[in-house]
Amino acid sequence: MIATEQETYQDQYVAFQRQDSPAWLVELRQRGFDGFTRLGIPHKRLEDWRFTNVAPLANRPYALASLADFDVDTHHAEIDALVEQATLDDDFHRLVLINGRYSDQWSRLHDLADGVVIDNLAKVIADRPADVRQTLESGLDFEDAAFAALNTAFLDDGVLVDVPDGVVVDRPIHLVCLSIGNRPTVSHSRNVVTLGAKSKAHVIESYLGKSEPYFTNAVTQITLDESAELDHHKLQHEELGVLHIALTTVAQRSSSCFRSHYFSFGASLARNELNCTLDGEQIETTLNGLYMPTGEQLMDCRTRVDHAEPNCNSYELYKGILNDRAKGVFNGKIFVRQDAQKTDAKQSNQALLLSDDAVINTKPQLEIYADDVRCTHGATIGELDDAAMYYLRSRGVPQDLARKILIFAFANDVVQGVELPAVRRHLESILLSGHELSEDVL
Amino acid sequence: MLEIKNLHARTTETEILRGINLKVAAGEVHAIMGPNGSGKSTLAHVIAGRDDYEVTEGEILYNGQDLLDMEIEERAAEGVFLAYQYPVEIAGVSNKYFLRTAMNSIRKHHDQPPIKRTEFLDLLKENLSRLGMDKGMMDRSVNEGFSGGEKKRNEILQMAMLQPKLAVLDETDSGLDIDALKIVADGVNALRSPERATIVVTHYQRLLDYIVPDKVHVLAGGKIVRSGDKSLALELEQKGYSFLQELVAT
Repeated sequence: MIATEQETYQDQYVAFQRQDSPAWLVELRQRGFDGFTRLGIPHKRLEDWRFTNVAPLANRPYALASLADFDVDTHHAEIDALVEQATLDDDFHRLVLINGRYSDQWSRLHDLADGVVIDNLAKVIADRPADVRQTLESGLDFEDAAFAALNTAFLDDGVLVDVPDGVVVDRPIHLVCLSIGNRPTVSHSRNVVTLGAKSKAHVIESYLGKSEPYFTNAVTQITLDESAELDHHKLQHEELGVLHIALTTVAQRSSSCFRSHYFSFGASLARNELNCTLDGEQIETTLNGLYMPTGEQLMDCRTRVDHAEPNCNSYELYKGILNDRAKGVFNGKIFVRQDAQKTDAKQSNQALLLSDDAVINTKPQLEIYADDVRCTHGATIGELDDAAMYYLRSRGVPQDLARKILIFAFANDVVQGVELPAVRRHLESILLSGHELSEDVL
Repeated sequence: MLEIKNLHARTTETEILRGINLKVAAGEVHAIMGPNGSGKSTLAHVIAGRDDYEVTEGEILYNGQDLLDMEIEERAAEGVFLAYQYPVEIAGVSNKYFLRTAMNSIRKHHDQPPIKRTEFLDLLKENLSRLGMDKGMMDRSVNEGFSGGEKKRNEILQMAMLQPKLAVLDETDSGLDIDALKIVADGVNALRSPERATIVVTHYQRLLDYIVPDKVHVLAGGKIVRSGDKSLALELEQKGYSFLQELVAT
């Protein structure tokens, strides 16, 4: 079965190679494809995939979205609706990817400070390959990352955000990644975010779509130079039936500050990997996450924080709210290398189970090779607090609203970690859907 | 207003209330006293609707309606209020939001529009100052990190904001110093009116110096063993609860 599926990807790969591309990119894709061929679709016997059976969804026959005979005009209204749905604030820079392809038509860029580049990757590869070649070539390790290898095999388009030294990008940069079409497709978008020394930006990635069950296989590469500061938000709103696989890599230099805000609501199977390498001193890394699977959804959240140098702090808080027969997987790896003395690493995963049939598998994984460090981790699994429920109801709050309020309260510290009011409001409206919300919520 | 007839209630393990009969008319304040474990708190929670207790016999009529047939939130919306002995902490929900949501839920039940923000804030400010509470507490999570006294005051604040018809105060005096006790009692007395009734559940007579009851009932072994006027509270204070053993036995 796996062999058959790999043949499909093989056929696509052969077809894909027909386009004009620079030699280095052809070679890079080949490395990706070789890696994928060697690894194959992951199976449950692999430790990292024990609880996530990806094969049934990954083995469906998907057409390569970027080569699909996609007619924008027939889908105009649909795209409009999705862009509208995804839009958080008109003041944000908005970049729209449709099936992994940058779309000028739906993107809206405001004026940019001197030197700031926000552009589609395909164009940058064609016009100024030196700007991205090194990042693309050296940023990923395919050793056991089959889907990142597959993404590289089909590397073609996405968004490049490049902020020069010392520049603060005032307006948040919103990447809207849409999947649209009449048949099952796979898209392999690649986004690259590079922040120069002492620069600052907010980036939001939204994933959504309307199509036959599709497969999003996204990779985002983030680099923070010294003292750079980035808030990265990801809002995963894919349709049910969808397979969403994403890898975000973050390379941080000294004194940089990275804050990740991950929110997962959609897809039938969503697996998000976030790998941070803290290669410098005085680095701050904050990873906040909220995943809310319901029905039969499976959400697999994996983070990896690699402390390579001394005097860095990492804080991680992931919360899961699981209903019905949903499944959650949390795996949080923290490495503290021998040189990384005075590391302060905290990790917490808390799960709220709203039904007897919901399942969470949580696994903190700490490997510490330095001796003067502070590392803590904790995992809790609980249910809605009956006493709080009774208390709210005894003050006149109907059961349904009381339940929503308590769920909101559980998720609240992750939501409040988001600095951008438009993003926070978006999240609050999802969490308290249908009920009036005032600014009085903590 | 409230009529309890032959009320029996139990947890899964034990029967706690064994035939309570009680009538509270509008405008009255009733005190229910009794030793630990006599069923005072159970009675308060059965009135509020907590589903840890199963009512096996008897009925409660509230303004002629079958109270036991009403959902917890419906009872609250119809004017039943329980001031908790152990107020619940709700991390992540601000006091202000909690209060406004409660008020608006009750208003919605009566087909009234939500309270205006400014109106709400004015009312809140007025009640906070009357209860000697810091307005900063309203932006904090419900009861989280509050001292025992602050939690009790917060219950009275909720009562003042929600203006219930029937207030049941469950050991509101426990853990309060004398100044706090006076403030809480003032809060309760401010709500006394011919349309409202109050049931004060307490272990000690002390609170009744400040909230003067019309009637006092002594609860022991899940039954009301004696009823009288406020002098009964003083008698209990002098003799202690041990003399009740005889009453229960009979």
